[in-house]
Amino acid sequence: MSNASDPIVFTPTPAQPPPANTVGVVGWLRANLFNGWFNSLLTVLSVYLLYVTIPPLLDWLFLSATVSGTDRSACEGADGACWTFIKMRFNQILFGFYPDGEQWRPIATFVIGFGALISTVFPSKARKWTVLFLLTLYPVLAFFLLSGGYFGLEEVETAKWGGLTVTLVVSVTGIVASFPIGIVLALGRRSNMPIVRSACVVFIEVVRGVPLISVLFMASVMLPLFLPEGMNFNKLLRALVGVTLFTAAYMAEVVRGGLQAVPKGQYEGAAALGLRYWQMMILIILPQALKLVIPSIVNSFISLFKDTTLVYIVGLFDVLEIIRVSTKDANWIGFEKEGYVFAAFMFWIFCFAMSRVSLRIEKRLDTSHRK
Amino acid sequence: MTTENPAASEKLAVELVDVNKWYGEFHVLRNINLSVFRGERIVICGPSGSGKSTMIRCINRLEEHQKGKIIVDGIQLTNDLKRIDEIRREVGMVFQHFNLFPHLTVLQNCTLAPIYVRGMPKKDAEEIAMKYLTRVRIPEQADKFPGQLSGGQQQRVAIARSLCMSPKIMLFDEPTSALDPEMVKEVLDTMVSLAEEGMTMLCVTHEMGFARQVANRVIFMDRGEIVEQNEPNEFFSNPRSDRTRLFLSQILH
Repeated sequence: MSNASDPIVFTPTPAQPPPANTVGVVGWLRANLFNGWFNSLLTVLSVYLLYVTIPPLLDWLFLSATVSGTDRSACEGADGACWTFIKMRFNQILFGFYPDGEQWRPIATFVIGFGALISTVFPSKARKWTVLFLLTLYPVLAFFLLSGGYFGLEEVETAKWGGLTVTLVVSVTGIVASFPIGIVLALGRRSNMPIVRSACVVFIEVVRGVPLISVLFMASVMLPLFLPEGMNFNKLLRALVGVTLFTAAYMAEVVRGGLQAVPKGQYEGAAALGLRYWQMMILIILPQALKLVIPSIVNSFISLFKDTTLVYIVGLFDVLEIIRVSTKDANWIGFEKEGYVFAAFMFWIFCFAMSRVSLRIEKRLDTSHRK
Repeated sequence: MTTENPAASEKLAVELVDVNKWYGEFHVLRNINLSVFRGERIVICGPSGSGKSTMIRCINRLEEHQKGKIIVDGIQLTNDLKRIDEIRREVGMVFQHFNLFPHLTVLQNCTLAPIYVRGMPKKDAEEIAMKYLTRVRIPEQADKFPGQLSGGQQQRVAIARSLCMSPKIMLFDEPTSALDPEMVKEVLDTMVSLAEEGMTMLCVTHEMGFARQVANRVIFMDRGEIVEQNEPNEFFSNPRSDRTRLFLSQILH
């Protein structure tokens, strides 16, 4: 036996490999799928459910589906989906009744906007300018490209716009315009000036307390009653205003949540340095507040994107409405399933992209805990 | 009145005359009279809730007083936003919780106010910021974010950030209370060197060693009143009021 006062010589124990059944595929299966009898039972049950549902779904979507042909006779006798219907209507789904020869214009508008947006995800020196372009020049460019009437472009009245073009025009305008309005409303609601504050509170609470469908309905049916004879707002414009104001009210509350989450010390630190109100808000408070609420902001945008389907109430033909109308076409009756599955897929693509982009932005802006 | 004598007012950095403040019904500051001369270093101590932080926060209008007069650098504080801005430009403040801007780098924290408040070109502002960051001995951290620094380093950045505005008066609101013990010294050293350069300073702190070393005057507050003020040796060795004696016996062991 060694004496308690003897010096200790420390020899490190050599590292041992972990037990074989806790690593690799077997380890993963044990830990995640078969840990205990209840989880094993759930795993078996889930596998059975997937077996029952997935193969028929794949069969309907792809294996037995028809894409060839130009009319419904091509799909007769087939068990699967009739994508021929979507194929034949694809042009309308994208552009509505936009003249065939001019369809490069919505495409160009989309490609420029989407390209610029994607480029902002990657770090570069030009990013600031790209964002500035998207927020200032791009809307003007998009307007002239889409509606024409200048620079030798044939004028295409908004009544002819439709499909994805209208969906994107309404949602992008709604997003871009409601964001600053929402911020101003949120700041107004927290203002010390009683008149500004009450005006903002009234606006937010009234608009937020009413369904979008009634806002749009009022914009299209009620508004003309109050306007002088002959003065007629464009349908699309009415929808844009309705959607923008509606989203702005939601945005205001989201931003207010962010403003409240910024510690009081930040306001005091900025004030003590002599920054004036707008400098303090723009340089110090809003960057932090908006960063905190990016998930909620994107949530509102996604929900706005899907709410644009309600513009059919004012007689606009968005993606969903075009598809709905197409399924009523005598030549294509009975293909609702294909129509709505495809509509759901299109909406999902855009919403999923938005959520991915927001994750990227969140990561990029995270400076607080970077060690 | 001292303010009507131009010679005296020129020497005065801060003057509080019969200042009273209420939070709702609660009377936080009661008849505060205090004159701070240029170049003077004042340490304010007292139990928590005695109104010491509130008092110095009134000096740059982070808190509003309801009665009395506050004159800072010859400008009387009123509701006039222009004057408040003017005063805040000349008065630097260091907070207990640093209040650095977490989304900006250390350098950007320091250049922000000179650029946007003083309208200084970015290059000059960065030069000045580096000068002060070197003075507080952390120039190598300039491109990091505040969240990457220790508490002591953050507080030194906060001091540098205030100095970049070349303030005439510095207010310190318990600058070392939120720091780990081994970081207190680095911040106090920075404050001592600032004092040695003749900066007018008002410090709310419980660091009595600091008070002895640099203060011209120690002020003791309790229940919203200035109970007693004296030069530090007299204050610590021979407190006049029993309240001060009790307080000192509790914090000096």
